[in-house]
Amino acid sequence: MSDLAVLQARAQMPSPSEWGSSGLVRLLGSGWALAAAVAAALLGAAIAEAATATGRPGVLSILVKWAPLIFTGFLFNLLVSVASMAIGTAAGVLLGLAQISLLAPVRKAAWLLTQFFRNAPWLVLLFFATFLLPFEIRVGDAAIPFPAWLKAIFGLSLPVLANVSEIVRGGVLSIPVGQWESAESLAFSRTQTIWRIILPQATKRMIPPWMNLYAILTMATTLISVVGIQDSMTLTRGALVAEGRVDLYLPIYFMLLCMFFAYCYPIARYTQVLERRFAERH
Amino acid sequence: MESVVEFFRWLADAHKIEVSIVYDPLDRGRFLTGLLTTIWLSATCIVFSILIGLIGAWLQGAKSRAVRALVQGFVQFFRNTPPLVQLAFFYFAVSAALPSVTDKYGAAVPLIDNIGWAIISFSLFAGAFNVEIFRSGIEAVPRATVEAAESLGYSRFQAYLYVILPLAFRVCLPALGNNLVNLLKTTTLAYAIGVPELLYAASQVWSEVLNVREMMVVLLFTYVALVAVLVYFLHRWERAMRIPGYSA
Repeated sequence: MSDLAVLQARAQMPSPSEWGSSGLVRLLGSGWALAAAVAAALLGAAIAEAATATGRPGVLSILVKWAPLIFTGFLFNLLVSVASMAIGTAAGVLLGLAQISLLAPVRKAAWLLTQFFRNAPWLVLLFFATFLLPFEIRVGDAAIPFPAWLKAIFGLSLPVLANVSEIVRGGVLSIPVGQWESAESLAFSRTQTIWRIILPQATKRMIPPWMNLYAILTMATTLISVVGIQDSMTLTRGALVAEGRVDLYLPIYFMLLCMFFAYCYPIARYTQVLERRFAERH
Repeated sequence: MESVVEFFRWLADAHKIEVSIVYDPLDRGRFLTGLLTTIWLSATCIVFSILIGLIGAWLQGAKSRAVRALVQGFVQFFRNTPPLVQLAFFYFAVSAALPSVTDKYGAAVPLIDNIGWAIISFSLFAGAFNVEIFRSGIEAVPRATVEAAESLGYSRFQAYLYVILPLAFRVCLPALGNNLVNLLKTTTLAYAIGVPELLYAASQVWSEVLNVREMMVVLLFTYVALVAVLVYFLHRWERAMRIPGYSA
């Protein structure tokens, strides 16, 4: 049984001996890594502070001064990520179900759409949405404004919906055929089978890749600064311009990196825990 | 060829669909340069990221705990932070901390230019993913195979190079392919530091000709085509590397 398929399946499974056995230990592991990173950053800043000539404010105090503002920008990034994820998931589930439709044209169109948005770069899709969506929508006489940040949310939800579509398709296909057949023999209609039997079982398998996608999306939200929306990246650059000091560049960008790391790393860890729990049970 | 150009010129005149990169020599040049830059950037980053992945995966099997922790730290940090911020960190912050050199006109220029930083940044980003991918492949190689190599007198490095890696590489090719496709898409971020790649070239064209709509369609299709070409070659590679009797 040492053929490639088995090996590949084994490679998909995470190693059991990485951080410890229980999920708690693993999450603690993430805590230690994080604490070490923050400690290293603080130490670096403290050294820079000590090395600064008197009369000029130290690097650490400048960081403390700007941190709340940059953190506000970071919260905006998170808001964008949650909104894009919600829209992308809702649309993606529908597209994923269209991919397993019994109607060949629907199935093929959904497949094409999924592949197209999955393979286009996120930044290009973001440009696509910001430039090609109208700045307001006219319904009769009323004009509903369509601000840039809303367009960016839609732009980011495009790749999300394509990826969710693939996750849904994969999840549904991973359910054994026997489930479909027994549902059919119990006189469930196709819609009932999908919503009451297949999806509830598939959801559990779809959650880890879905969380992974969310972490990727959160990191991609910084792209909105490229299309001119004020986020943590823009604010960081603004702070650097305001201070005009070269020795600030390294610590301030490192601080921004740490903010994202503190948010995304626990998600990645928890995703692995879920994957492992799933792999053990099957 | 001439009739194609005529067709697009007619399309611009009659229907205001201005795909200027076909009939305007300046725009065509920009677009082709952008395309070449993207291909070159991707190819270089693919090579470096695979090298980083191979070296990192080897170091993760090291006896020293410190080395393993260091590699793990590198992998987790680069995997869980935004590539755009990483790029900015390298291009603005690290570059400013490095000494500058004088070019042939006597002006001070940074040691590494924007394309150089893009290559470094994207290679490290994709390389961090590759370390994990190769590690999972190495772990899938049966323990008995490694022991057999050891009993034949292979050193750790030799066993890695001649026995483990060839098997592991085949196992993790699908995952590696996924990551390389991602890397190709990530090269668009180089736009943010002014590397004249495809997206940058397209934005130059649309800010002058004001044909955002047309250029967007061209861009999307070009990237999807580039990904398709990469996937095609990865599949061919996968097939060429197949060992008869080893795979299912």
